[in-house]
Amino acid sequence: MLYIYMLCYDVDFGHMEAISLISAPKYPEKQVGYIVTSSLLNENHDFLRMVINTVRNDIIGRNETFQCLALTRVGNIGGREFAESLAPDVQRLLISSSCRPLVRKKAGLCLLRLYRKNVDVVNIDGWSDRMAQLLDERDLGVLTSVMSLFIALVSNNTEAYWNCLPKCVKILERLARNQDVPQEYTYYGIPSPWLQVKTVRALQYFPTIEDPNTRRSLFEVLQRILMGTDVVKYVNKNNASHAVMHLDPEKEMMSQCVALLGKFISVREPNIRYLGLENMTRMLLVADVQDIIKRHQAQIITSLKDPDISIRRRALDLLYAMCDITNAKDIAEELLQYLSTADFAMREELALKAAILAEKFAPDLSWYVDVNLQLIDKAGDFVSDDIWYRVVQFVTNNEDLQPYAAGKARDYLDKLALHETMVKVSAYILGEYSHLLARRPGCSPKEIFAIINDKLSTVSPPTIAILLSTYAEILMHTQPPDPELQEQVWAIFRKYESYIDVEIQQRAVEYFALSRKGAALVDISAEMPKFPERQSALLKKAEDTEVDSAEQSAIKLGSQQQMSNALVVTDQHPPSASVPVSQPGPVKVPSQNLEGSSPDQGMAKVNGTVDKIDTQPVPSADLLGDLLGPLAIEGPPGTTPSEEQNPISGYEASSNSTDALALSTITEESDSVQPIGNVADRFHALCLKDSGVPYEEDPYIQSHHGRLVLFMGNKNTSPFVSVRALILPPAHLKMELSMVPETIPPRAQVQWPLEVVNLRASRDVAVLDFSYKFGTIAVNIKLRLPAVLNKFLQPISVSAEEFFPQWKSLSGPPLKLQEVVRGVKPMPIPELANLFTNLQLAVTPGLDTNPNNLVASTTFFSDSTKAMLCLIRIETDPSDRTQLRLKELIKEYMISVPTASPVPTPSPAQLQRQPPPVGDPNDPGAMLAGLL
Amino acid sequence: MINFVLLISRQGKVRLTKWYSPYSQKERTKVLRELSGVILTRGPKLCNFVEWRGYKVVYRRYASLYFCMCIDPEDNELEVLEIIHHFVEILDRYFGSVCELDLIFNFHKAYYVLDEILIAGELQESSKKTVARLIASQDSLVETAKEQASSISNMIAQATK
Repeated sequence: MLYIYMLCYDVDFGHMEAISLISAPKYPEKQVGYIVTSSLLNENHDFLRMVINTVRNDIIGRNETFQCLALTRVGNIGGREFAESLAPDVQRLLISSSCRPLVRKKAGLCLLRLYRKNVDVVNIDGWSDRMAQLLDERDLGVLTSVMSLFIALVSNNTEAYWNCLPKCVKILERLARNQDVPQEYTYYGIPSPWLQVKTVRALQYFPTIEDPNTRRSLFEVLQRILMGTDVVKYVNKNNASHAVMHLDPEKEMMSQCVALLGKFISVREPNIRYLGLENMTRMLLVADVQDIIKRHQAQIITSLKDPDISIRRRALDLLYAMCDITNAKDIAEELLQYLSTADFAMREELALKAAILAEKFAPDLSWYVDVNLQLIDKAGDFVSDDIWYRVVQFVTNNEDLQPYAAGKARDYLDKLALHETMVKVSAYILGEYSHLLARRPGCSPKEIFAIINDKLSTVSPPTIAILLSTYAEILMHTQPPDPELQEQVWAIFRKYESYIDVEIQQRAVEYFALSRKGAALVDISAEMPKFPERQSALLKKAEDTEVDSAEQSAIKLGSQQQMSNALVVTDQHPPSASVPVSQPGPVKVPSQNLEGSSPDQGMAKVNGTVDKIDTQPVPSADLLGDLLGPLAIEGPPGTTPSEEQNPISGYEASSNSTDALALSTITEESDSVQPIGNVADRFHALCLKDSGVPYEEDPYIQSHHGRLVLFMGNKNTSPFVSVRALILPPAHLKMELSMVPETIPPRAQVQWPLEVVNLRASRDVAVLDFSYKFGTIAVNIKLRLPAVLNKFLQPISVSAEEFFPQWKSLSGPPLKLQEVVRGVKPMPIPELANLFTNLQLAVTPGLDTNPNNLVASTTFFSDSTKAMLCLIRIETDPSDRTQLRLKELIKEYMISVPTASPVPTPSPAQLQRQPPPVGDPNDPGAMLAGLL
Repeated sequence: MINFVLLISRQGKVRLTKWYSPYSQKERTKVLRELSGVILTRGPKLCNFVEWRGYKVVYRRYASLYFCMCIDPEDNELEVLEIIHHFVEILDRYFGSVCELDLIFNFHKAYYVLDEILIAGELQESSKKTVARLIASQDSLVETAKEQASSISNMIAQATK
């Protein structure tokens, strides 16, 4: 049957038979039974539960051979349940002196298996002594098994097994120096290599040894192993490097090792080369041997060209690890060169690594741009989008670099066969900065346009979109306007007006309209503002080189941020007629715009009120897409003029409540009551998010200016008349309401933009008094607007170096405030952190060493104070979850722990040096408390 | 720790599998397919280690058979390579210059041998003699049991005549 199974047929039918064989009394039958179960079934199989008892009988039975069989079987497929029921018996076997070594070694490994399945089976207190005894074992077979078990135990808990350390050293000594080993355990002249390897590995887990005697003897042994290692005897050699890994303060030994490894990587035998490279990489992690390893750089680079992919990978890893400022240039160039010949499986990784290195160690910025452009040129297909986003971001942030980058991009465009990614980068950079080159020969707008236009026919839709933006930019930068160029560009725009891809079509239409307006274009496509300095996504990735997938997600994050920035320029729309420049009109953004934050950014840009943009992308990504979608197409579901915000993803949720509203309008009673109930909930939700399903606003608040758009929809067949809306702003908010239309036509929706300026901190909430007449029934609703304090916050992250001086520089109230809140509903830290993030506070993990504390920072904007830095620290006591200490700094606005009472602290205006108002600070906390 | 042991023939036929970590039937087939694709295509002069899904596979070719063991990334590759060799030597000694056919017809014996060498993915016994002795004693047990059985059935057969 086993044979049938090996040929990959289904043998379910036989499982039962196999199990009954196990309980058979005769050896051959039992043996077959065990062997079949252990190779057919895996440990989670149900049948196995049925045999636990039989197995147990075998183990505690007298018959040695049965014991062996049972132990082998458990060792190979024992699962958790086995661990629970059998562990004590197995332990007894292992330490009993009456059993033969044969049984005991099996018991040892069996216990290891059980230990892996369930850590509790080995009770630590008693076992360290027993382990020490076991390590004295003479029989090498048992010793090998015990050592395996020991490694597993030690790797989980080093502390408990300190007393075994000298024993390990002794074993090594016995093996390596005294050669005190029975003949049959000598393997090609080396005394039990496996045991040596295992012992050394166990030693690795201990920190450096303090006892000088043990230490000396260990060194001696290691030295001997090291010396005795010649290139042909392989097993040992790896030992040596393993050994050195865990040690070693001894510098001399290190360099010896590296020298040895150097020898390894230059021999012809591929296995050894592989190991040499790998161990060098490991050593780099442990110790300070970079200089020594650098001597072998040339050799390593040769390995990069090895025919074996395993070796190439190792070489690449090693190069990557050994790179620092001094050799970055060489290595990066080497990688680039190699890129053109490398095989496909490796290119992506290679490109990524090269980009990371270039960024991490770039000696100067132009070099960075060079490397990356080359990279894109050579390995276009394998360069992920984030790399080029990063380049663009870099260029935007460094003014000196812009002409240079633009020049480079221009040069690359001259090439005949150009990768699409390259076209994207070049087009983008040229669009933004080509005017900086205008005086160079061959770089007039017209020529640049011609070059770029050549590529237009060959690229895919996303690139076309970028190209269109570039044209618009070029057009804009051409001052005075060049009619001929204009004609050409318009012709293209017109051509794409009917393009099948919505995005492109939209861009074409918009740019066309825009470019006709002339002056407005300048504002809109002004240069990109600087990107906020944030840690490069690539670098972040670099820290995390182990897991590829993790890298990917990190990149994604970065790219989203970048993309959202990148789109701003292109997505800008002319403000609708009624709204002045400072107040962009209803957001009419391309529905394809997936990045939530771009409207914010775009708005800020047009506003011109903010000189530095550091909006983080709103957590919910496709705010805008959804905004347009449901509203435009379906219209707001509510009949009542409850403000309909752009329902984001939670559209359904809102429609539930609005269904209720719809019903109530039919009875035309008490509309006003119901919406308020709903709205109250939504209000809280909106306090937390910019884009919840709240009662339908979309507040885009940029620094101290905010903007709300209220959507009012009438789903009914008759119009609402005498619509009036009045906002009763609290003292700290200045609100400007545009005209409210008198009537809302049937089945129509009215947008109602509203500008909010935060004058100072306060906890009051603006109230919207809204009334209308429907037929003869007058309805009056009061709604709270979600323009609360935290809407005027912008999270910024603060590094440890910045944080602590700031924190200390502020002393005592009113700048600094501390409060202990008791009786709070317990809340786990991650949840708290989440809450903070929603409240626009940037949580800075790892800043405080105590994991029970939470540190957050944010910037508060108001008219009178401009930007102020707020630092918040929350200390929790794990033993008493209901107690919280809030410390908060520079700035009022206390926080938000459920039921935590607010801690108002007026504070110094961090950035503007203006004294903040001692206004009654807002309390999102209280609101949250209600919410939660 | 060794996660699994595979023996694959040059043609990609599986000769022996042993799994020390839980894999479902589906995963097993998938692993087999993937790995035989990777390993069989590698040239003779390349090194014996392949990185695969975050693990390392150490393989070695003996005549037409590939012995593969999959280990954790932090394990010592050479150690495992030598375990393979050790295993082969023991098989060799047991069968008397082992060949693929031996493993096909006496696959259960191969399993017994493997069980004596590895348990729970760790080396159990590094002495060839000991292993040989153990296997021999197992065999003799089986033999005697068989003899008994046949003698009993003989007796019964005679008695019922």
